[in-house]
Amino acid sequence: MKELVLKTILFALGPVVNRSAKKSEEFRTFLSRHNCIAQIGLKDGSISRFYAIRDGKITASSKAPGKPDVSLLFKDVETALELMNANPDMGEVVHAAKNFKVMFIGPDPLCVWFGQLLNASQQCLIEKGTLMPDGSRRFTTLTNGGPLFVHVKDDKILRVTPIEFDAKDADSWSIDARGKRFTPKRKATVAPHAMSMKSVVYSDKRVLYPMKRVDFDPNGERNPQNRGISGYERISWDEALDIVSSEIKRQKQKYGPGSMTIAHGSHHQWGNVGYYLSSLLRFGNLIGFTRLSLNPDSWEGWYWGAQHHWGHSQRVGIAGNYGTVEDCLQEAEMMVFWSCDAESTNGGYMGFEGTQRRLWAKELGIEFVHIDPHYNPTAQLLGGRWIPIKPTTDPALAQAIMYVWVTEGLYDQEYVAQRTTGFEEWRDYLLGKEDGTPKTPEWQEPETGVPARVVRALARQWGGKKTYLAAGANGSGFGGAGRGATGAQWARCMVMMMAMQGLGKPGVNMGNLQAGTPLDHEFYFPGYADGGISGELVFNGNAVNNYQKMPHVITMNPVRQMIPKQQLPEAIINGKAEGYLWDGVATELQFAPFQYPMPGYSPIHMIYKYGGSYFSTLTESSRMVEAYRHDSIDCVVNQSIWMEGEAQFADIILPACTAFERYDIGEWAAGGGYLPHGFNGTNHRIVALQHKCIEPRGESKSDYEIFSLILQRLGLGAIFNEGCSELDWCKRVFNSSDVSKRISWKEFCKKGYYVVPAEKPALRSPVNFRWFAEGRMKDIQEAMPLPSQWAEDFGKGLQTPSGKLEFMPETLKRSDPNNPERPVLNRYIPAWEGPHSKELFGKYPLQMIATHSRYSFHTHVDGKNGFTQDITDHRVCIGGHYYWLVRLNARDAEARGIAHGDLVKVFNDRGAILCAAHVTSGVANGVVKSFEASAEYDLRELDGEQLEVGGCMNILTPSRSQQRGTSSMSPNSCLVEVMRWDGSRPGDATSKTDGVQEAAHG
Amino acid sequence: MDKWNLIVDVAQCHNCNNCVLAAKDEYVGNEFPGYSASHPKQGRGVIAIDSTYRGSSAMVDVAHRPKLCQHCDNAPCVAKGQGAVSKRPDGIVIFDPVKAKGRKDLVEVCPHGAVIWNEELELPQNWIFDAHLLDQGWNMPRCEQVCPTGAISSVKVSDEKMQALVQELGLEVERAELKPRVYFKNLYRETQVFIGGSLQLERDGLLDCAAQVEVALVKEGQELARTTSDLFGDFRFDGLEPNSGVYCLEISAAPGDAKTVQCDLKAESIVLEPFTL
Repeated sequence: MKELVLKTILFALGPVVNRSAKKSEEFRTFLSRHNCIAQIGLKDGSISRFYAIRDGKITASSKAPGKPDVSLLFKDVETALELMNANPDMGEVVHAAKNFKVMFIGPDPLCVWFGQLLNASQQCLIEKGTLMPDGSRRFTTLTNGGPLFVHVKDDKILRVTPIEFDAKDADSWSIDARGKRFTPKRKATVAPHAMSMKSVVYSDKRVLYPMKRVDFDPNGERNPQNRGISGYERISWDEALDIVSSEIKRQKQKYGPGSMTIAHGSHHQWGNVGYYLSSLLRFGNLIGFTRLSLNPDSWEGWYWGAQHHWGHSQRVGIAGNYGTVEDCLQEAEMMVFWSCDAESTNGGYMGFEGTQRRLWAKELGIEFVHIDPHYNPTAQLLGGRWIPIKPTTDPALAQAIMYVWVTEGLYDQEYVAQRTTGFEEWRDYLLGKEDGTPKTPEWQEPETGVPARVVRALARQWGGKKTYLAAGANGSGFGGAGRGATGAQWARCMVMMMAMQGLGKPGVNMGNLQAGTPLDHEFYFPGYADGGISGELVFNGNAVNNYQKMPHVITMNPVRQMIPKQQLPEAIINGKAEGYLWDGVATELQFAPFQYPMPGYSPIHMIYKYGGSYFSTLTESSRMVEAYRHDSIDCVVNQSIWMEGEAQFADIILPACTAFERYDIGEWAAGGGYLPHGFNGTNHRIVALQHKCIEPRGESKSDYEIFSLILQRLGLGAIFNEGCSELDWCKRVFNSSDVSKRISWKEFCKKGYYVVPAEKPALRSPVNFRWFAEGRMKDIQEAMPLPSQWAEDFGKGLQTPSGKLEFMPETLKRSDPNNPERPVLNRYIPAWEGPHSKELFGKYPLQMIATHSRYSFHTHVDGKNGFTQDITDHRVCIGGHYYWLVRLNARDAEARGIAHGDLVKVFNDRGAILCAAHVTSGVANGVVKSFEASAEYDLRELDGEQLEVGGCMNILTPSRSQQRGTSSMSPNSCLVEVMRWDGSRPGDATSKTDGVQEAAHG
Repeated sequence: MDKWNLIVDVAQCHNCNNCVLAAKDEYVGNEFPGYSASHPKQGRGVIAIDSTYRGSSAMVDVAHRPKLCQHCDNAPCVAKGQGAVSKRPDGIVIFDPVKAKGRKDLVEVCPHGAVIWNEELELPQNWIFDAHLLDQGWNMPRCEQVCPTGAISSVKVSDEKMQALVQELGLEVERAELKPRVYFKNLYRETQVFIGGSLQLERDGLLDCAAQVEVALVKEGQELARTTSDLFGDFRFDGLEPNSGVYCLEISAAPGDAKTVQCDLKAESIVLEPFTL
């Protein structure tokens, strides 16, 4: 009987495929890619059917018309039936594949194509997107700045608009607070960079063809010294793929495992399939690569510092925000925004979802205080007291506030007694008993620039009112102050302050209304860090849920050698580096150093660069130029969408397309991994199919397709693909999630998105830390830390050894007790680059902070002649060149003869950058405020000086770690000088980059 | 008949530029015959934001205002255009993408500076209120759709109803004689200035912020306003005319003990040095 069923299926296959080919041009094209004879059957030959595929048509027969080019063979009839099922159990499919119960035999490209063909014959029949009255088709996508409708006509993007919900979409939640009822708008708000996407899709800086550096000869002179200097020539995809795959093989043979490293930024394009933690990792694992060990760049001070006081290792040292929107609106009297510019950072990915909630807080009369060197857009919108502060001195201010609390009895003594440890030692330090210096408001005044009276006034209000501390981008962590030399000190102080005020009591918590909405936290859809299709089980969140929910073939990187990301240049130039791990599994993991190179592995000789330019997000960026030109690096491949600052240092450039030109799937703002429940920063959970809205521009291809093509030349294509196109993977993700229980794949493909219903009021999350404040078992749906991490009973208390908030952290006492740069007692240690750096400060008396840009997402959507160029708070066009902005105070500007809009040279011993001056009263004296994330790196020689003119501010920042014993960055402790530039301008000189751009256009 | 109007709340705009970008998204690379030719990709768009900072030290604020075509009923561009610019019955001003070719004079004639010049096409171009979308059934222009704070809202009502709204919401216009259809709320944040300062007092040898102290604003012997310092000792009198001359601040340090400070208000807001009671 089973044999008969199988025979019937095999018999029907030919007509089914032919019917699809008739109906769908796209599929017809796909089918026409190869002419071959394919066989499907059992290994023992007892059942077989042959399919002669010629010019997009299948002719099936039971007798072989010739030797099959590709064969799909099953161990037995049961396996065949399971796998030929239209909706197979993917656990069984993967099991069969891993255990040789099913085999593809034939050239790898044919196996990949034939595997995808069977799925494609069905997918092609489903309507994608919604036809609009004007004849355009409305697709959906997700970006780093929110979901979008994408309106397309004649394969061209007409417009992108925010998603406005229709009557069928789920209802929104409401919050009742102080006699008012608040309900969010029925749409998804988006960030400026999302609104600029069309311009970068159609940017003239798109790389449209594979390119090779003109003086790079893989079989002869490679001329590494000319990287970033010589131009490019267009080559064919075949040539490009041959060079890259041959080089990978050559490297393996000549140097052995680990000689290739993969370099990538932390953020590129949205989507669970295409993300770097997904496809890229799967690609890398199948080859083997030296991992760049990322430093926790968004967290830094919280990971290396705050974590020791309150745990949260798996949140990288910050806290969740469950239930805090409701609690804050109902209970809080004051919000202190500290290094928190939520209107610029958008909680990362949430568009302006938090804006409406903060405006509700304003409507309710909650008072606001903003501590920041910059009168930032959040302060601008909300109003309240701005407290300008000198960068890196925040811990001194915090300590003086705590001093006032101690001396005036303005802290929660009962809470401190019951829920904390080590307070007496901390109190004595504040009072000066430990070092003879009471940490008075007067003590901090010369340090921070904040008048003592203001500190006392703030401390008294804070100590007397129910206050939310909004620290950093998500309110319970992040923040530019955490990325300076004193970053860990500051983050530690933030936790200690809350420990004194009763963290978790009604109205007393951490949060900035950016996260913690009453959404359904249990509805399952994987976040971007949950592993996607990677098969990787360690370096992302795959093992937690995704691997079980969406079975796929496991992949492992055989290379254990790692390079600390911030020390990549030193690893190349000096041949060695030492780093400390970012690993959230347990607090202790950060203490053990690791070394590069690692015995048994090759030093790196090949760099595979993927994603956006990270030059300007790497401190002391120019180090990377020397590293790229080092003669130990035989080959640099850059898989890039745009000819950005970093792409010009590659030997081979592979043109990738944007997410608008390929399929992907994801949930808005859902980080997963270390950012669990990240979606609760939005007002509505939105899961979207990221449609392939237009064909890839030029000869560009999707990242997934590029990986697949390279791997096909290594015989690894079929293993990489598992018979799936990107759309097939999207369907697998969809099927693994709870969305598939609510709507059909067909409906999802057409409409493009699904709004997850808000949580029922009775089931809303309790408030974060309320359980802790009240001495109860943990009652929020946060599946971390690991069960092993409780010293007491599971779920009782925090992750710290005492289970309490620790003023004198036990984990530091145990594992790093004598580190003068990270003492157990969080004493104030002035920044090693700052006003106390006597000689340097004399030369460079301005403190520069370069925080997250408001209008681009790091380097993504900056530059490239996109729309953001003309935002006057982002770049300024002077003489035809778009300059990056530096903001400085009128007094500092006047002292230097600088007027608003002048060209200025911002410089120190590390380099010099030409910028446009933005003179404003909105920056504290002595401060230069800029952004970190220029996508351009454009070095020119002007009047005999080397000047960068693209706005790569991190050229100027120190590459030193915040403290000994950490791998951390501290760009916001940076001294510079600024002077008016009256010399030659970029437009006056011809430069190397011009030549490169022309080549890019083919 | 119902006509389109736009209300811009200057205090709610926080310079996200979504409106600027949405206008670029809509008009760059797209042609809408009868409405608009494609706009230039680079350069100031038909919506741009002007920012005005006030104050100094820790007492600062900033007003951001989207600048765009105000669809005046007495529009100089319509008068001068002689057919190249038309006023629709619903109040929207359209620069004809064909007839307006070469008419650079129509850029200069706009007193709001809201018309851009498309060098490549030799066309003056304005923000057309997204008329082509409204005609397709959209119920608001894109700048309103993308605005996260509600700073921009469109209203389609009769002129009588609009005037009632003007009264009710305290709206203002720029150059009333042109009868613009764009109305502003909280425009004082851009056009007026303030006098502010911080009060402090000595207590046990230390300076503290002086909260809850009454301060009166007096001009030529007349008390114009009265306020109380906040918990940081800060006070502020807003909505004053620039260059309006000498003011006197009477600070009630103690019952019956008023101290006075004089200041001459010029074009910029004044933030006084901290004043010790």
